[in-house]
Amino acid sequence: MKFTLSWLKEHLDTNATIDQVADMLNAIGLEVEGIENPAEKLSAFRIARVLTAAPHPQADKLQVLSVDAGDGPLQVVCGAPNARAGLVGVFGAPGAVVPANGMVLKVAAIRGVESNGMMCSVRELELGDEHDGIIELPEDAPVGASFAGYAGIDDPVFDVAVTPNRQDCMGVRGIARDLAAAGLGTFKPLAVPDIAGSGPSKIEIRTDDREGCPAFYGRTISGVTNGTAPEWMARRLKAVGQRPISTLVDITNYVMLDLGRPSHAYDMAKLTGPIVARRATEGETVTVLNGKTFTLTPDMTVIADANEVHDIAGIMGGEHSGIADDTTDVLLEIAYFTPERIAKTGQTLALTSDARTRFERGVDPAFLNDAVAILTGLIVEHCGGTPSMVVRAGTPPLDARTLTYDPLLCARLGGIDVQPDRQRVILESLGFGVAGDWTITIPSWRRDVDGAADLVEEVVRITGLDNIMSTPLPRADGVARPTATPVQKVERRVRRTAAARGLNEAITWSFVSETEAAAFGGGDWTLANPISEELKVMRPSLLLGLLSAAQRNLRRSADSVRLFEIGRRYLADKEHPTASVVLAGERSGRGWATGKAQAFDAFDAKAEALALLEAAGAPIENLQVMGEAGTHYHPGQSGTLRLGPKTVLASFGMLHPATAKAFDLGGAVAACEVYLDAVPAKRSGGFMRPAFAPPALQVVRRDFAFLVPADTASDVLARAVKGADKAVITEARLFDVFTGTGVPEGQKSLAVEVTLQPAERSFTEEELAAIAAKVVAAAAKLGATLRG
Amino acid sequence: MNEDEILSQIAAAADLDALESVRIALLGKSGSISALLKTLGGMAPEQRQAEGPRINGLRVAATDAIAARKAALEAAALDARLATERLDMSLPAPATPRGSVHPVSQVMDELAEIFADMGFAVATGPEIEDQWHNFTALNMPETHPARAMHDTFYLKAAEGDEPKVLRTHTSPVQIRTMTSQKPPIRIIAPGRVYRSDSDATHTPMFHQIEGLVVDKGIHLGHLKWTLETFLKAFFERDDIVLRLRPSYFPFTEPSVEVDVGFSIEKGKRVLGGTGEWMELLGSGMVHPRVLRACGIDPDEYSGFAFGVGVDRLAMLKYGMDDLRAFFDGDNRWLKHYGFGALDVPTLSAGVGA
Repeated sequence: MKFTLSWLKEHLDTNATIDQVADMLNAIGLEVEGIENPAEKLSAFRIARVLTAAPHPQADKLQVLSVDAGDGPLQVVCGAPNARAGLVGVFGAPGAVVPANGMVLKVAAIRGVESNGMMCSVRELELGDEHDGIIELPEDAPVGASFAGYAGIDDPVFDVAVTPNRQDCMGVRGIARDLAAAGLGTFKPLAVPDIAGSGPSKIEIRTDDREGCPAFYGRTISGVTNGTAPEWMARRLKAVGQRPISTLVDITNYVMLDLGRPSHAYDMAKLTGPIVARRATEGETVTVLNGKTFTLTPDMTVIADANEVHDIAGIMGGEHSGIADDTTDVLLEIAYFTPERIAKTGQTLALTSDARTRFERGVDPAFLNDAVAILTGLIVEHCGGTPSMVVRAGTPPLDARTLTYDPLLCARLGGIDVQPDRQRVILESLGFGVAGDWTITIPSWRRDVDGAADLVEEVVRITGLDNIMSTPLPRADGVARPTATPVQKVERRVRRTAAARGLNEAITWSFVSETEAAAFGGGDWTLANPISEELKVMRPSLLLGLLSAAQRNLRRSADSVRLFEIGRRYLADKEHPTASVVLAGERSGRGWATGKAQAFDAFDAKAEALALLEAAGAPIENLQVMGEAGTHYHPGQSGTLRLGPKTVLASFGMLHPATAKAFDLGGAVAACEVYLDAVPAKRSGGFMRPAFAPPALQVVRRDFAFLVPADTASDVLARAVKGADKAVITEARLFDVFTGTGVPEGQKSLAVEVTLQPAERSFTEEELAAIAAKVVAAAAKLGATLRG
Repeated sequence: MNEDEILSQIAAAADLDALESVRIALLGKSGSISALLKTLGGMAPEQRQAEGPRINGLRVAATDAIAARKAALEAAALDARLATERLDMSLPAPATPRGSVHPVSQVMDELAEIFADMGFAVATGPEIEDQWHNFTALNMPETHPARAMHDTFYLKAAEGDEPKVLRTHTSPVQIRTMTSQKPPIRIIAPGRVYRSDSDATHTPMFHQIEGLVVDKGIHLGHLKWTLETFLKAFFERDDIVLRLRPSYFPFTEPSVEVDVGFSIEKGKRVLGGTGEWMELLGSGMVHPRVLRACGIDPDEYSGFAFGVGVDRLAMLKYGMDDLRAFFDGDNRWLKHYGFGALDVPTLSAGVGA
């Protein structure tokens, strides 16, 4: 919402400075987004008289002027066709900056003749588009005076952000009322002309949709002459960024900005009575003033005549019956539309307008008669014409709304002690009625107020939030209690474990493109209104974002990419907290000690998965490695880590080359996904740990080498060996895999180091032989034979 | 044979082999000192009395000298070997990749630490949210203009189902908290939020942290104190000054926009003082209708809520200036702005790193 200082002063009697007004606006909740004074950039331009004009000796189109800008004659070269002796115009002296092009004026020779400045055109001063000649001011304009001051553009423009609850401040008058309540001046009474009108309306006015349009007031005005708006009105409209169109249109715009009251004027010549507020019929269309055509539904209220729709009620008028320069008879519409209806229609049509912004927030339902009179008065004053009597179809919702209020609530909720008398003054100055028993009558223009808390806000904001004293929250005894939940603790541990292992945490978009999602089997959630095709489907895996990031890094010639992310996967059932890792590029670069660069392999991914699972509290020694990691992995170099056969805690492996290709990634890429919500929660058993009881005797180690079928999982063998004698075997670690000479085709050799822990006394040779026999027997169940 | 001759023989041994030969020649079975010792048995007692200590003295001196010489020769041999094992110690050591924690995660940990000290627990909720939690319960009925204020992402839904939304703020966690637990409530709710907006300072996904306190007798003064206390702790500056301005959010009444004073130092905004003001967060007293929607009696309880951008706080504290880079996963950026695994925020060490 923009307005100028002089405009504000139409409604507010005040001597406040620009800064005082701005500070107060901010203090009472009308945030100042900018203040601009167009006069500032014109400060160097003064009114000057052309004393003499002579042809330029070197150029036909130029003249040499003698100009008086208050300090005596100056020689100025000018190319304007209208430059002539006696003309009073606007002069820029050397040093002035031309607003339109930023040029700094200086003394210069133009075709050999010295020029000491410039006589300016309207366009050069950014006051309009005309550039046919230099500005011509009236004969009596004061030579030497500031042009901006003379032209009345020394008028700062405030740009204020009006919050959506304050429709009443979407007019200058409402802002003035708030400022007056805050003590910045006196609120001036509103002048309403008394216009009776003569004769009935030339057209029948009705509302057939009392729900969407409870009230439709109007009148016709015959014999008007449209033209250009009066100078003062055009200037204000321009100052706030509105383009003057014609007197009639400008008057409706001006009243909307001035009083927050939208209205609409129709060209009677284009209407075939009666004119009615009604629901649109299905498929009905209208072309509105912005040139676009909309198809309407019966949910929408329109203003229509006998033939067609002329207005999407409260949002935008139709092109067909819009005011034209030659309009002579006008129908004026001042209606009250139901805010929810306007909001819904506007949302459905995705059509915004200044009228919609106000109607959907709820205009003052008690301000219809005065609005009719004010609009009529302005039209008659500036366009002439004969107004008819006013037609009042329907009634606006005028029920008085009251609240009971306890002034103590101000301190209880607002934290400021404001004396009840002062609260009463504040509320009354904002237009509230305050009865002796604190029954509050809400002003008709304050649709946003409907509870006692709203009244506290009014009192508090006018009193000033600076007066709120900081009050500590009560604090529990002792040091702060731990507050993190088990899930949060897991995430923190996993995050910092990953970082400690040399991984860099990334945060990538929750949404990905359909193509990317398809590489992972597609997503379960798709945006109906994505911001772009790239950000459309909720990710089914964190790898999507990480792979894209890895690709970008490699393209930026990163040698090695180790990224992880902790976030959610969005699946049909719910959102799953997940930690994922992508390893791409080199695991280690070429080195003097290690030789060639090493690529990542699936075991790097497995190591990360296990480390993150351990950090998450998973019992990693009990996990089984199984297949089915997913189609985005290399089928022969990937796996899942499971707790029992069904609970998948993680998947890991090399990326499938087809998936890598989908992400434009070359080379070996390893990845893992850790399903944090599948990890069983740690049982809390207090802080006490079991007693430390190291075994008294040293362990014994024995190596076994087995021949097994080539497709036997080594993990299964090691597990079987470990289980051969649970009392004494504490560990069975696989340390060698071998195929080749000495190993039959279709088999492989697996070597396991078995750790035996004697209890009371050392093992005898017989005991060791018995244990070895159990190990061999356990392995044999898997088809393994001891290698000779 | 006198002692000097013996000692000079030992000293003259050039290596361990030569020394061994000398030892055998002196102390071996048929060595010269051994031979002298054997003569003691055949001596008369008086003579033995005189010769015994002398001969034994020779033996001890020879033994000691041989041991000393042996140690010296071994040390020299070790030195010689070590000299051949010299490596160029300026060669690079094996590289260890340096990991990092994303600044958003770090700042969330910092905030959790600060608010834990003020008794706030951490709450979470879904990002794919239903419209009731995201809007309706927060006093934004369907046609409320504020609902359009949030540039909402909607998810495709089956015919007849109400489409879900990507939460536009962390405020639905307020609702989930108030409907699942009874006052007193003190929570913060950090997380991802989404708005259909994109430029240098807006991304369609960003992070917010919500704060909520509901108890008896809570008022705007408590809100002001909480925000001041948290910001002073977060920025580790005592000169943080807040300016409260009336504003409007559908779910708070009164609503308060909070500005913070700052100055420009070396082209960056540095918080503190009252030189200039910038908007930092939105807040207010929980709207009575919101309390009622959650089954809390507004006549008995009151509360405040606030929401602040986590990415924004990170930018202000650590000096990043492009929000989009937060979500690009650029190694170089992550290493530059990221934090070490052990930079765990603690109150005793200061939460900043």
